[in-house]
Amino acid sequence: MRDKILYGMGVVAILLLARDVYKIASFPPEAAQGAIFKIIFFHVPAAWTAMVAAGTALVSSILFLMKKDFKYDAIAVAATEVGLAFLAINLVTGSIWGHVIWGIWWTWDVRLTSALVCWLLYAGYLMLRHAIEEPTQRATFAAVFSIFAFLDVPIVYFSIRLFRTQHPGPVFLSSNGSFPPDWTMVLLWNWIALLMLGIVIMLVRLGHEETQREIDYVRRMAHAL
Amino acid sequence: MTAANDVSAGVRKGATAGRRRSSFTRLVFVIMAKDLRAELRTKEAVNASLAFAVVILVLFNFAFDLDDPSTRMIVGGLLWLVFAFAGTLVLNRSFARELPNDCLDALVAAPVSGACLFLGKALASYVLVMAVELVSLPVFGILYNVWFPFGQMVVVLALGTWALTVIGTVFSALTVNIRLREVMLPMLTYPMLVPALMGAMVLTAQLAAGTSIWGDSVTWLKVLTGFDVLYTAAALTLVETVLVG
Repeated sequence: MRDKILYGMGVVAILLLARDVYKIASFPPEAAQGAIFKIIFFHVPAAWTAMVAAGTALVSSILFLMKKDFKYDAIAVAATEVGLAFLAINLVTGSIWGHVIWGIWWTWDVRLTSALVCWLLYAGYLMLRHAIEEPTQRATFAAVFSIFAFLDVPIVYFSIRLFRTQHPGPVFLSSNGSFPPDWTMVLLWNWIALLMLGIVIMLVRLGHEETQREIDYVRRMAHAL
Repeated sequence: MTAANDVSAGVRKGATAGRRRSSFTRLVFVIMAKDLRAELRTKEAVNASLAFAVVILVLFNFAFDLDDPSTRMIVGGLLWLVFAFAGTLVLNRSFARELPNDCLDALVAAPVSGACLFLGKALASYVLVMAVELVSLPVFGILYNVWFPFGQMVVVLALGTWALTVIGTVFSALTVNIRLREVMLPMLTYPMLVPALMGAMVLTAQLAAGTSIWGDSVTWLKVLTGFDVLYTAAALTLVETVLVG
């Protein structure tokens, strides 16, 4: 049953993405930036999805520390891996946009730097997990590290308002925004599609983690015998 | 079991001196004194850290021409890179020092809270890293003819070093028993330290350029202070979980 729901969600997400790509292609090029502006429809939703994943990892990590239930550890690692992938999409699409508009692939702007730092932090989370053999210690240390890493995320989100930056200002949910309403709708639908895709990947990864835990359990039983 | 004996003796002394001082503060200083005593007897981390700092400072001479006014902007960055690299050598030893003879288990079993243990170790590392920095700073000044207003530089050093120490000590506890400890610690701490290092670098560069840190760059001072407060609170809350599980 769970597999059927997963496949169903995956199909709906892909159909939504296909519809959005068709709509985005039909929009006229932006007056100042041309067609490259349309990368925002993937750049921003990828960042939002990564933020949701980071939030999920944080909540799961706190729940693991409170309840010591390995289910929450599995959710945290699955969410972190998915978040890392979406943050990579955000960084790569941003870099492509920067190359066309700014003429450079990368600039050490506060927000770009913060996003890269977050990526490095969550990559560190996964490396820390790989370095620890004992499951309880691995889950506990990873949960603590995840909480520390999440403290960096607000700096990413608020840095654009706190510091002088080369990164363009927010164009949605902002008093000086200039994003047309129908474009905003497509962007939000694209976010929903990417979020659904992220959830599907996360649940598949969660299944792998549960299977791995069962294998570890059987292996320990075999050693005990 | 020197560490455990020191702590047990400290706990006994702490019990009798408890009327005058709170036992928490007393125990923090016992742990700190134990770590400082152990380090000063061997001097292994401080000597290595100081030698490493001087070697990097000399190597910078071949990488940059700091007599050129345009490159003087980067002195803050160079100095804090030296401090971060050299500081990691000290911080790596913070919990690793307790591994021989299972002293870490004895410390965890001692009747002291995780927060107390963490603060004691963090303060000991803070003193050691500050000492390395305060020796490296005049060496840097002499080699590259860069001078800083002492009072303001001490403020930046105090805030930046606490950020380095608080993160380094927690992660030293996290990585003490894992494979590739020496590699994992800097890999985990440096990304986490970026906001603090950025702040310290900007403020140090401002001081080298003769600008006050209380002027336009006061925002970075707030970032540095906020970072210190936030991560100290997080470390004190979570360190018991790291040490005891």
